[in-house]
Amino acid sequence: MSGLEDLYREIVLDHYKSPRNRGELESPPATRVEGLNPLCGDEIVIYLDLDGDTVRDIRIGGQGCSISQSSASMMSAAVKGRSLAEVDDLLRAFKAMLNVGDESPDEIPAVKLGELEALRGVMKFPSRIKCATLSWNTLDQAITEATAAR
Amino acid sequence: MSDTAAAPLDVARIKADFPLLGSRLERGHPIVYLDTAASSQKPRSVLDAMLGYYEHHHANVHRGAYQLAEEATDALEQARRKVARFVGAASPVEIVFTRNATEAVNLVAHSWGRANLAAGDVVVLSLLEHHANIVPWHQLAAERGIELRWIPLTNDGELDLTDLDRLVDGARLVSVTAASNVLGTLPPVRSIADAAHAAGAKVLVDACQYVPHTACDVTELGADWIAFSAHKMCGPTGVGALWGREEILDAMPPFLGGGSMIVNVTTEGFTPAALPAKFEAGTPAIAEAVGFGAAIDYLEAIGMDRVTAHERRLTTYALDRFADRFGDDLVVHGPKDPTRRCGIASVVYKQVHAHDLSQVLDERGVCVRAGHHCAKPLMRHLGVPATARASWYVYNDESDIDAMIEAVGAADGLFDW
Repeated sequence: MSGLEDLYREIVLDHYKSPRNRGELESPPATRVEGLNPLCGDEIVIYLDLDGDTVRDIRIGGQGCSISQSSASMMSAAVKGRSLAEVDDLLRAFKAMLNVGDESPDEIPAVKLGELEALRGVMKFPSRIKCATLSWNTLDQAITEATAAR
Repeated sequence: MSDTAAAPLDVARIKADFPLLGSRLERGHPIVYLDTAASSQKPRSVLDAMLGYYEHHHANVHRGAYQLAEEATDALEQARRKVARFVGAASPVEIVFTRNATEAVNLVAHSWGRANLAAGDVVVLSLLEHHANIVPWHQLAAERGIELRWIPLTNDGELDLTDLDRLVDGARLVSVTAASNVLGTLPPVRSIADAAHAAGAKVLVDACQYVPHTACDVTELGADWIAFSAHKMCGPTGVGALWGREEILDAMPPFLGGGSMIVNVTTEGFTPAALPAKFEAGTPAIAEAVGFGAAIDYLEAIGMDRVTAHERRLTTYALDRFADRFGDDLVVHGPKDPTRRCGIASVVYKQVHAHDLSQVLDERGVCVRAGHHCAKPLMRHLGVPATARASWYVYNDESDIDAMIEAVGAADGLFDW
């Protein structure tokens, strides 16, 4: 039984090798936010384009380890076309899955995480949890900036 | 020092001195500890010395007029004498105990820096520096408007000293590492110090990766201060040292204020104590200092020339074996010549990110460091976001390098595409 197989699930490596929504959006109008993991130097750049309260488009830049990059790719696929309320539910449910949320079990949104479930194994590798949550925290900041600006 | 004259180390016997290395299993594998550059393991004698101090001699130092307090004070001062002798200090008062090397650099920046540097004054650093020898100077730059100049690197990760005279011209301080924590580069500290002194600058040396591995003589080094930590040389965490030339330390204002560092305090002010108490406010890390002294005893019993020769043999072995097994798939950053580097190898394997590589290595009990190693300006120069760094010491041998090489090969199944 290899712990590594829990971490490097096929779907995780697929997103690492073939990242979705990779690129840039013109900013402005898109909101550009950089996220940095100071411990290891992983970088995520998020370009977020909102149409009202819906994620019209999202692009991902940056570089880092397989977990940080595949998590960003999976996130972009999961949130594109969703409402901000749905994105917030995903964010909270994803963090709860990795045990880094600050909510009691009955507060955790009952949403389907879909492919994001593949990152559940990261929980067994505490040093990698920050890699997996970096893109979500950066998205959270991008949403805050985008909605504050209007 | 001559490599050939030094008798080889009995690594099996040395390994047996380190309780953690013999007992700990990592997922069923015996631990292969290759992260000494971050922190070394501790031999039984160091642990015993610290426990023995607490069991038999502990009281606060420098104040109680009773037998036990005198014993504690003696233990602390004996450790100071050992550290002083180990680096060739002219007197034990030239050794200031700090928390670590970082605090030692900060002590110089805060005390000497604030007393001597004004807007426009120049401090020269190198691109090899650890953040501990960068950020304190950035802080002074933000506060005082001092100017930082950077000694560049060659393609091989050595200091490019072509323009050294111009760089140090007008400088007040040159602060450089004696051994790079990322590349293992061993800069020619003496010639840099000579050029700096000729230009009227003081010289601070980050000796964190140097003192644990090399017989050190501060006079030969040509430094005005050196900073180092106990925990990278078989000693405990929580204690390090600043060595400084006595007349320079004497002229510096105190660093932290509090108990122990004064001879008198009134409602109007205070009079600082003499060296080294002037820089040691508050109760020091006494047991840790005792452990520091025991670590020096341990290393001296082996002999520092043998330590250096052993690490160089392992470096040569590692670079040869890496090249044999992986060819161009594994890039070892830094000097190609094993005699021009210490026992550190920062590697990048194919397109596997350092985090992923170290995770794969950890699966087989191989401990290496992944990341930017607190040297982001250097990483930017190298053009890589992260490396996996292996580093070796007296308790490592060829079998540890072999285990690492086998584990690196295991990344192929996961990450080759």
